[in-house]
Amino acid sequence: MNLTLLLILPLAFSLLLLIVKGLKQVRTVALVAAVAQLGLSLFLVYQFLQERVAGSAAFLFEQNYTWYKALNIRYHVGVDGISIAMILLTAFVVLAGVLVSWNQEKLHKEFFFLLLFLSLGAYGFFISLDLFTMFFFLEVAVIPKFLLIGIWGSGKKEYSALKLALMLMAGSALVFVGLSGLYFNTSINGAHSFDLVEISQQNIPATLQNLFFPFAFIGFGIFTALFPFHTWVPDGHSSAPTAASMFLAGISMKLGGYGCLRVATYLMPDAAEHYSTIIIILSCIAILYGAFATMMQTDLKYINAYSSVSHCGFVLLGIGMLTKTSINGAVLQMVSHGLMTALFFAVIGMIYERTHTRQVAQLGGLLKVMPFISSVFVIAGLCSLGLPGLSGFVAEMTVFMGSWQRAGAFYHTATIVACASIVVTAVYILRAVGSVINGPLKIPETSSPLLWGGVGGGADAGWNEKTAAVLLLVGILLMGLVPFWFTDLINPGTEMLMQKIGSTVK
Amino acid sequence: MSNFFLLMQQELLLTAIIFILLFMKLSAVEWKPKNLLLIVNILLTINLAAGFFFNGFGYLFGDMFQTNELLRLEKNMLNLGTLIISLQSYNWLMKHEHIVEFYLLMLSTLLGMFFMLSSHNLLMFYVGLELASIPLAALANFDLDKRRSSEAAMKYIMSSAFASGLLLFGISMIYGVAGSLNFSDLQAAASTQPLFLFSFILLIAGFGFKISAVPFHLWTADVYEGSPVAVTSYLSVISKGSMIFVMTSVLFTVFDKLFYNWYNMMAVLAVLSMLIGNLFAIRQQNIKRFLAFSSIAQVGFILIGVTGGDHAGFSSVVYFVLIYLFSNLAVFGVISLVSAEKGKENIDDYKGFYKTNPMLTWILAIALFSLAGIPPTAGFFGKFFLLLAGAGRNNYLLITIAALNMVVSLYYYLRIIKAMFMDANERPIEKVEMTWSPKLAMGICVAGIVITGVVSGAYEYIYSLVK
Repeated sequence: MNLTLLLILPLAFSLLLLIVKGLKQVRTVALVAAVAQLGLSLFLVYQFLQERVAGSAAFLFEQNYTWYKALNIRYHVGVDGISIAMILLTAFVVLAGVLVSWNQEKLHKEFFFLLLFLSLGAYGFFISLDLFTMFFFLEVAVIPKFLLIGIWGSGKKEYSALKLALMLMAGSALVFVGLSGLYFNTSINGAHSFDLVEISQQNIPATLQNLFFPFAFIGFGIFTALFPFHTWVPDGHSSAPTAASMFLAGISMKLGGYGCLRVATYLMPDAAEHYSTIIIILSCIAILYGAFATMMQTDLKYINAYSSVSHCGFVLLGIGMLTKTSINGAVLQMVSHGLMTALFFAVIGMIYERTHTRQVAQLGGLLKVMPFISSVFVIAGLCSLGLPGLSGFVAEMTVFMGSWQRAGAFYHTATIVACASIVVTAVYILRAVGSVINGPLKIPETSSPLLWGGVGGGADAGWNEKTAAVLLLVGILLMGLVPFWFTDLINPGTEMLMQKIGSTVK
Repeated sequence: MSNFFLLMQQELLLTAIIFILLFMKLSAVEWKPKNLLLIVNILLTINLAAGFFFNGFGYLFGDMFQTNELLRLEKNMLNLGTLIISLQSYNWLMKHEHIVEFYLLMLSTLLGMFFMLSSHNLLMFYVGLELASIPLAALANFDLDKRRSSEAAMKYIMSSAFASGLLLFGISMIYGVAGSLNFSDLQAAASTQPLFLFSFILLIAGFGFKISAVPFHLWTADVYEGSPVAVTSYLSVISKGSMIFVMTSVLFTVFDKLFYNWYNMMAVLAVLSMLIGNLFAIRQQNIKRFLAFSSIAQVGFILIGVTGGDHAGFSSVVYFVLIYLFSNLAVFGVISLVSAEKGKENIDDYKGFYKTNPMLTWILAIALFSLAGIPPTAGFFGKFFLLLAGAGRNNYLLITIAALNMVVSLYYYLRIIKAMFMDANERPIEKVEMTWSPKLAMGICVAGIVITGVVSGAYEYIYSLVK
């Protein structure tokens, strides 16, 4: 399959958006674009499964063109199982995002344009095999977020938007330094290279790896809420409009995790081993700190945002542990968290649209008036706390198992600490979910009278919201019930990583 | 003789245009501003187009004057910039009574820059430089009824004279050491003996003034603020761009043996320019002052590319100036329209701009993103290549500082974006009517911003020309 289609599609549709007029046309175009993307990614999965050769771990569907000849910069794309999983996740979340913003009145054209443009950045990032192209798309995906939050957000939106944009750009500035370090320390027939495959075949001296690894890892880490650079997450997520929150938590944070894995760890395995203690400590802090901070939150979006910090900690923990299972777990956790948190934000958005509040204390008994939304809310919550049968359990268990495989008292302690956070997660999730959907019906006076139309009528999800929720639920359930489909998909990719890492880590 | 015509084609054409304008002014015909501007713009377009024909190289006047393909390209870039500025100033010039004088002065400075670029001798360079800077002072004074404008002109001529003095001092001492001012002789004579280094530093200081690198930047903000927008954009793009071209080629070709001496100077100037430019830009309220400081910071980034000191470094500098030309002129285009029509020049005035002028807001936003180095605009590629060239010297501290400075610069560019898109305003700037001329200019700029980066042709071409 031609991977460039994944870029052309969002680009073409976002340009088409500029021509059409009126909310109805705009959202139709956006929906068609999102459906087409999903179709394309499913087709990609199908083709990938057809074409891949068992046991071999190469990138498929590669395209390699010279872009800047003078600097040996290339447009080089290709996918393995890990990127396929990410692409699929992106397609799901974007479609769900378009569906939940169906009634976006204010500046709808710009809104959907930016949403599609964001997805362009994400796809481009996940398919890139050239570090320059990758960096390009990483930065493409920053500014639309700033605009989405700043224009359509709520609360202290300008502050959050600026904070997010600046912190993410600082992250990519660090990534740049790491990348240029890699570039100048590769020599293929005398030329420097940004090519991921070529760099991975080079033996970069350990001292240089130790110098550049922190730049790349912290840079990407900022995207995925590496403690102590997570502070943009709560503000950014809670101020963003629903679709943007879904994208931010669902995909954008995964850019960082993917980058940590693909660039930092894969290309500089010696340094990854060298710094693994620090990574593990930081991710354990993020897991615990995120969980405890969530307990103190009263705003539903803040609850989910802080729990994202905690959940993304598992991704970094899995990467830091450097065993095959743990890295598999990290990838699974990325997908699982992406689906789950997008679902969570979607539901919170639906509740907010109807009640005009996100304060847990002001809500109660919603199950009586919006049964569908409440049920989905419960499922998302259960997934978040790792109930077996849902994706969260699979991902987290894999991370824990992989972490435990790493011998040594320190690693075992870290694993136990990380496991312990599940208890805290259960407390905050059950408390929030319980008080919002159970008990006597509590509706704040601010709630929108038009949507209410009396208890029991007209308050539940519309078709678009139901579709969005079902879409994400299908993903979560599939992953929870048939996890081996996913592990089968990503395993060759992880093995390729492990071949490189395995030489340094026993 | 034919050699003379061919090699000096661009200069001669420009001189011819200057004379045509002079005769138009002196003739008894009373020209309507509209027709006059149309004629001038057509002439400038011809001037630009003609520059692309015949790519010769060679020397004239006993090695005083040189030309080659790179120089011709640089001159074409300056021609393009001048044309864009001319198109953008349409609304402002329509209300001005001295249209011809404006063009006479502007084209004279452009001619000076051409000679400066083509110089192969420090004396020639100095003559070109003076021709380029003295009419600019008159231009800065072109808002004839505004005191600020006169103040700007005064400040510019003073600082410019001071810089020229430094340069002249340096040049005379270099002559004392090397016994010649010819670039080829100087290249051979360059050494690290103290007197030579001292005069070299004076030269660098002179250059520093002209490109307004910190600590030689103090004139910049006041002059930019006081001058009419058209002149500000000319100063910040054309004048600065030509100076950067000259400085880079002088450093890279004439003083290449002193690389390790000027590497540190350039690195320090770069860091200072980025830091001071960025920190001061954050606090500015007047949008022209803001752009003055932001352009100081941009010079800092350019100097990072200069520190690269190799083929890639030189190409990235020339390439970045091209992108900077498009981006900065797009910003100035919007500002000059708003300033000419509504007289508003503060950042706060731009609050709620998106409600009334969505098109202009997007143009301004794209241009600002390009200045900030956000993909997919060309600015991203420009900045990336500059920093990459700098990183080639393995000075990662410098590169980290530069990369983090990009984040700081993003903050103040986003401040304007925020004002335009997000801040509420009871009385936003009303809808600005555009004539064909600024529309065309902005079209060129936006096309440049979008295309020059993603399509690698421009960089490859420059790379192939740089020796």
